[in-house]
Formats: sequence, C-alpha cells, structure tokens
Amino acid sequence: MGSDASAVERAPSPWAARSLLRRLATGDEVAHLVTLIFAASIIVITSLLVYQLWITSAPSRTEFGWKFWITRTWDPVFEHFGALPFIYGTILTSAIALIIALPLGLAAAVFLAELAPRKLSDTTAFLIDLLAAVPSVIYGLLGIFLVVPLMRTVIGPAIQRAFGFLPIFSGPNFGVGFLTAGIVLAIMVVPFIISVSREVLLTVPRDQREAALALGATRWESTWKVVVPWARTGIMGSVFLALARAVGETMAVTMVIGNSPRVAASLFAPGYTIAAVLANEFNEAFGTIYRSSLIELGLVLFLITFILNGLARLLILAAERGGGHAS
Amino acid sequence: MSRVRLIWRKSLNAFMLSLTGVAAFFVVSILFLILGCLIYKGASSLNWDFFTKLPAPVGEARGGMANAIVGSLKLLFLAALFGLPAGLIAGAYLAEFGGRTFSFIVRYTTDLLNGVPSIIMGVFVWALIVAPMKGFSTLAGGVALGIMVIPITVRSTEEFLRSVPGSLREGAMALGASKWRTIATVVLPAAKGGIITGMLLALARVAGETAPLLFTAFGNQFWSPGWKQPIASLPVMIFEYALSAYEDWHRQAWAAGLVLLGLVLLANVGTRLALSRGRAARGV
Repeated sequence: MGSDASAVERAPSPWAARSLLRRLATGDEVAHLVTLIFAASIIVITSLLVYQLWITSAPSRTEFGWKFWITRTWDPVFEHFGALPFIYGTILTSAIALIIALPLGLAAAVFLAELAPRKLSDTTAFLIDLLAAVPSVIYGLLGIFLVVPLMRTVIGPAIQRAFGFLPIFSGPNFGVGFLTAGIVLAIMVVPFIISVSREVLLTVPRDQREAALALGATRWESTWKVVVPWARTGIMGSVFLALARAVGETMAVTMVIGNSPRVAASLFAPGYTIAAVLANEFNEAFGTIYRSSLIELGLVLFLITFILNGLARLLILAAERGGGHAS
Repeated sequence: MSRVRLIWRKSLNAFMLSLTGVAAFFVVSILFLILGCLIYKGASSLNWDFFTKLPAPVGEARGGMANAIVGSLKLLFLAALFGLPAGLIAGAYLAEFGGRTFSFIVRYTTDLLNGVPSIIMGVFVWALIVAPMKGFSTLAGGVALGIMVIPITVRSTEEFLRSVPGSLREGAMALGASKWRTIATVVLPAAKGGIITGMLLALARVAGETAPLLFTAFGNQFWSPGWKQPIASLPVMIFEYALSAYEDWHRQAWAAGLVLLGLVLLANVGTRLALSRGRAARGV
C-alpha cells in the first residue's frame, strides 16, 4: 500500500511513535487516505482543466497551426482567425499597468515599511488589502462612468497637447482604449505589489539599515541603495504576481478597452485582450472553429498566467527562505 | 563643493521620502474614492423595490434585482457546498498528514489553481458541464465558484491548523486518543475561529466574481426555480446593466454595485477584525 514509505517520510513528526497496526485499528490510516484523496483531487482538477482546454481547442490548432499566433485577422463570418490583436492588447495593457503600478506600489511599500509608524502602517496595509478585495466588475463600473469620461475630456487631451507628436499618443481619443484599460489595471494590481513588497521589506535585517546610516547615508540612500536591493527577489515576485493578475483580468478591461480586434500603435486606440474577447464572444460563438479558436486563446492565457504565477511563487519562496538575498 | 552636494543629498532625501508618503496616501484614497462614488451614485437608486422586485422591461421604472440577489445567494450556497469541505479536508492533509514532496506539489498546484484567471474557470466549467448538459445552469455556476473556493480554503485552513501548538496534539495523544480523534476533537476546534474566517473570506471573494458565471450560470431576467436553469447574479447584472444604453439601468447598476461592494467589504472588515481580536486574546 505504500504506507511503509509514508511512515518513513513522516519519521520526524510526533505521530511516528505509533505502530502501523495500531494506526490501522484506530482509523488513522483511513483518515490519512481520505484526506490524501481530497488533496490529490486538487491536482486532478488542475490537470482536468488543462486537458479540457487542450482537447476542446484541437479543431483550431489543426486548422490554423502556428500561423494562428501571427495572423491579424479575426473574421467570424469567413471563419478565419488569428490571435495577434489579442496578444498585442494583452501585452500592451499589462505593460502600461506595470509601468504605472510598479513605481507607485514600490514607493507606497517603502513608506509603509520604512517610514510610517507601525500602527499607521498596519492600518494602511489593511485598507490596501480591502482595495484588493473589491470585485473587478466594480472597477469596471467606475472605469466606464468615471475614468472613460475623464480620459476623453481631461487626461487624453492634456497628454495629446504635450506629447501628441509621438505616434503612441496620436490619433483620435475615444476615452476607451489601451491606455484607459492600462490605468484601470494599474489600480487593480497595485495592492498586490504593495502588500507583498511591504512584507519583504519588513524582513530586511535592521543592521543593514543601521550600517548604511552609520556610513553617513541619508534615510533615502539607505532605503534605495541598501534595503530595496536586499529585498529585490521578493519585489520581483510581487511584480510577477501583479503581472499574472493583470494578464488574466477580464471584467474591468472588457468594459473599458473598446473591444476592437486591431493592432494599433496609438495608446488611445480601442483594442482587445484575450480575456475580454472570451468574455464578449464565447457565448455567441456558434461553429466549431470559432469556439475552439476562442478556447485556444484561453489555453494560451492559462499557460501565460501559469508560468508567471509559478515564477512569482518561486521568487517569493526564495525571498522568504534566503531573507531576500537569494539571488 | 561638498557642501552643495550635501544640500543636494538632503533635499533629495526629503523629496523622495515625501513622495513615498504621497504614493501611499494616493493608493489608499482610491479606496475611499470608490466607496464614495458608489454611495453617491448608488444610494439614491436604492429603495425597497430594488430588493423585492424583478427587473422591469426597458422604459418601465421601478424594477428591482430581487432575482439576482437570490441567485447570488444560491450560487454561493453551491460554491460553499462544493468548495468548503473539500478545501478543509485537503488543508487538513497538508497540515497534519502530508509528507514532504507530495505536499509541496499539492501546495504549489493549489497556488497555481488560485492564480488561474477566472474567465478560464468559466471556459473550463463550460466544457465540463454546460456543453455535455446542453444548457446553462445554476449548478454549473456553483461548480465554477466552488472550484475557486477550494484553493483559498486549503491555504487558510493549513495555516491555521499549523498555528495550533504541538503540545495540544501531544497532550491528546498522551491520553490515548488516536490521531484522527486528536485532529477532530482537539486540533480543529482550537483552530475553528481562523478556519471559519478563511472560509468567509473565500466566499466573499467569489461573491464578486463575474467572469466564471458568464458561460455557466449565464443570467436570467426572471426567477430561476431549481438548479438546472440559467440564473441571475448581482455581478453579472452589474456588467450587463452598466454596458446597456439606458439611464435607468445605469442607476440600477450603481445600486447593485453598492450592495455588492457593501457585502464584500463588510465580510472582509468583520472577519479580519474578529481574527485580530482573537489573536490578541490568545496572546499570539
């Protein structure tokens, strides 16, 4: 039954003193087996998820092959599908989100970990955790009725007046588009960067700071040149976590990106992301090729978040184990 | 020269440090902006009809979202039914029985399952249940949410079981209790408060999920009897009403948003406060 092997494995635990026979008689092995089955079911569910996405996307994979990834057309009428506009939109919006959220989140985390008194820091961290708990459809609601009009009438025109000569800021401004989606995403992922980075910054040993200050560094120099580099593995972990969340975010993006499958250089242009096209078109996708193309997009989205999350966990784990100095 | 440099370093110090404070203040103020905006826009549309009436056809005023509120509760009930026991038992395995390698794999998979985009969960459950059963259903929506509940419950259960001191286990076993009796009658009750908190937080999180319901529970303008029909839910209603072209529906969306956010934040604040008070009482 393999119970011998598991008994050896559990050797250091306080349970080990019991003999196998005794455990069988008292039902301990049964309890072990039952809980094991439930734990294994998590692996089964995850594998089933991958399997389902793989087989239901088969028609699209055989029809389009690798060309799927570099084709710009998305034509449900003639059943010709390419993923490029959605991949472009997903990468672009996530990149905008990170460019905004990383400095903002890191600065806030530095404030909470280095400057704020413990009580203020804890209260603020609590409020920021609440921000992470706000449902994404609420962000979408505020996005539509607050950020989009603001983008159309205030922020957009201001940017275009100043930098309109750059191709990324040229073209008509509808309020919806890559930049709006990126801004909303930035607000949604910033709590993740702050809470993980703050935790990591708090684990940096006190003498690191004191040594820097003793050498005559200012508070900012000790933070920026000693504390933050020390915690960089964990901060990287928080960035990957935020990225995974931004890439997979659906509702808020769907509501503000404009939903147009194009590859446009302008950040003001409406676009589309993988998650948004799934949300909008999946229920109306009749026809095997159409539906399986959408599922193939889903498969790729899954793989991207799988890799990003995996990296994030490893980095955060390394930061916890090595006191943030693992690299 | 060095004096100039010192002044430069000191002012850079003051500037950058105050900038970090501004950043923290900015992020926190977003929370209050969201809250304030929802109360300002939503409270005026919130009335008794909202909680008691069905959605009215376009152009007719005084509709409500009673079916969506009941729908959300039904979906949450199913999610709790499917997700919480499984999460609890798997969490108990990780904390009490697990070896090294297999536990690591389970833990890692749990985190990855937790990070799967919710829209993918919708596609998965669509392929698993909706396509074979040839129709959207409450059941499918409950399964989608239930799967999302599992990883959150597993991790919080494991954490709280681990925080129970080993001496309690040793004491029970010294009295002759078997291992599973020790866990069931000593360890689980000791960690009860924390585990329930974790479960409530898991439910609060999936209560606001929209994407997994789009292809599973779908939506419904009417009451949904039983478990095999499509069903309305608050998040999906907000999504549809916000994107509609009607002023009246926008107001309903704001009201629904206020109700949803209120419930989610209340659950979060309440459980977290209870948890920190419990921790303080135990002197942890």
